[in-house]
Amino acid sequence: MTKLLSIKNLKKTYYSKTDEIEAIKDISFDLQKDEFICIVGPSGCGKSTLLNILTDMDTKTSGDIIKSPNLKFGYMLQSEAMLDWKNVFDNVTLGLAIKKIKTKENMLYVNDLLNKYGLSEFKNSYPKELSGGMKQRLALIRTLALKPDILILDEPFSKLDYQTRLLVSNDVYNIIKNEHKTALMVTHDLSEAISLADKVIVLSKRPSYIKNIYEIKRKENKGPIENRKDKNFSYYYDLIWKDLTNE
Amino acid sequence: MNKEHKLYLKKLKKEKRSIIFFQILILVVFLLLWELLTKYKILNPFIFSSPSKIIITIKNLYLNYHLISHILTTLYETLIAFTLGITLSFIIAIILYEFKTLNKIIDPYLTMLNSLPKVALGPLIIIIAGANSKSIIVMALLINLIVGIMNIYNGFNNIDPNLIKLFQTFKASRIDTLFKLVIPASYKTIISSLKMNISMTLIGVIMGEFLVSSKGIGYLIIYGTQIFNLNMVMAGIIILIIISFILYKLVVYIENKLIK
Repeated sequence: MTKLLSIKNLKKTYYSKTDEIEAIKDISFDLQKDEFICIVGPSGCGKSTLLNILTDMDTKTSGDIIKSPNLKFGYMLQSEAMLDWKNVFDNVTLGLAIKKIKTKENMLYVNDLLNKYGLSEFKNSYPKELSGGMKQRLALIRTLALKPDILILDEPFSKLDYQTRLLVSNDVYNIIKNEHKTALMVTHDLSEAISLADKVIVLSKRPSYIKNIYEIKRKENKGPIENRKDKNFSYYYDLIWKDLTNE
Repeated sequence: MNKEHKLYLKKLKKEKRSIIFFQILILVVFLLLWELLTKYKILNPFIFSSPSKIIITIKNLYLNYHLISHILTTLYETLIAFTLGITLSFIIAIILYEFKTLNKIIDPYLTMLNSLPKVALGPLIIIIAGANSKSIIVMALLINLIVGIMNIYNGFNNIDPNLIKLFQTFKASRIDTLFKLVIPASYKTIISSLKMNISMTLIGVIMGEFLVSSKGIGYLIIYGTQIFNLNMVMAGIIILIIISFILYKLVVYIENKLIK
């Protein structure tokens, strides 16, 4: 296994006019290629801060982040964030347009992704004509279009209703595995984390540190919907629930 | 279409017709009352004029006072000030949005300028720009600019923060964020600010014409007052009402075309 990312003793402190807020106390973990890691923790524990630091949208206070050379991140947001004046295809290729890499090869790749995941017939539609689940899948393809090595997902399904949420998480999982992507996802939904991830990292409340890291062992990995039926599911659920509730 | 649907449409039509009927009724009753009350001297006809006299005055203005060229002057000034106002508001709003520190620095001065009744600057403008169309356009600009800038600037600030974050995740440059996100996302706000702008511009133009007085509808009204010809004043006001109504409807029409 190749290590893509290694975080060592990461610390983040914010300042406001009146306060010094310690958001992250001490976080260390590694991310291996093709791994799917979920981070769970109470709300406001600095999960999003961690993702922002990893993708250079925020700065760390101290600690080390060792990235393998030329590592590319792809960020998928909580909301699908579509430009409603542009059609689906222009939305999906937005990242390529901004980075000025709308090459023939990249366009072929996007078309290929749209075909593969049954979205090509909506290329000329506008976002408002699509369902929330479809937009979320398009947001993933928009992120994949940039061919990232690591996908960062910040509570990507939290805006969807329960049923759509399960179906879309299943689709997204399959897309990620098919395209052989490494993923780091933040969520506050325990069952989602346990059914998706190879590894679950449990964070404490603010200032956050790692309470536990669980390797999720299953009989078979058949995607998040089937994984919920695995006999170990409730075992992990109990363990993580205890971690989150015991302070 | 089934029977109930037809009935529903019929009801809608009937309602619309009755609204138009009453709108016209109000106008007719108002004009009739005005005519009769002044005819029988219940209202002083010298001060209040009357519809029939106004029509005669408008005809007279058309024949002897170059009414068309006065109307065209006012329209020309309005159009120039309106176009300039929109363009400048747009540019200034972009500058204020892009340079937040500059915005903070000049904020108290903008507030001062905004709270100042612009008409107080009138005499000064006339001395600087001269007693001509130029100072009228400057006057109108002073009035429509502030509102225009505020509308567009607020539009920029109301963009969905998720979209801003999306652009950050792509490491988009400021230029890209401005042209690919901020401006297109505020398209509707910018277009809707046109309505406000046309009314403001007309206020400015008429105020300017009151002060400078050489041509235009505002000039006709002031001139009428000076020679105590209140028929002319009333005629000027009526023409102004018609012009502003048409301009407003035109802008709304263009807006609907652009937004769809």
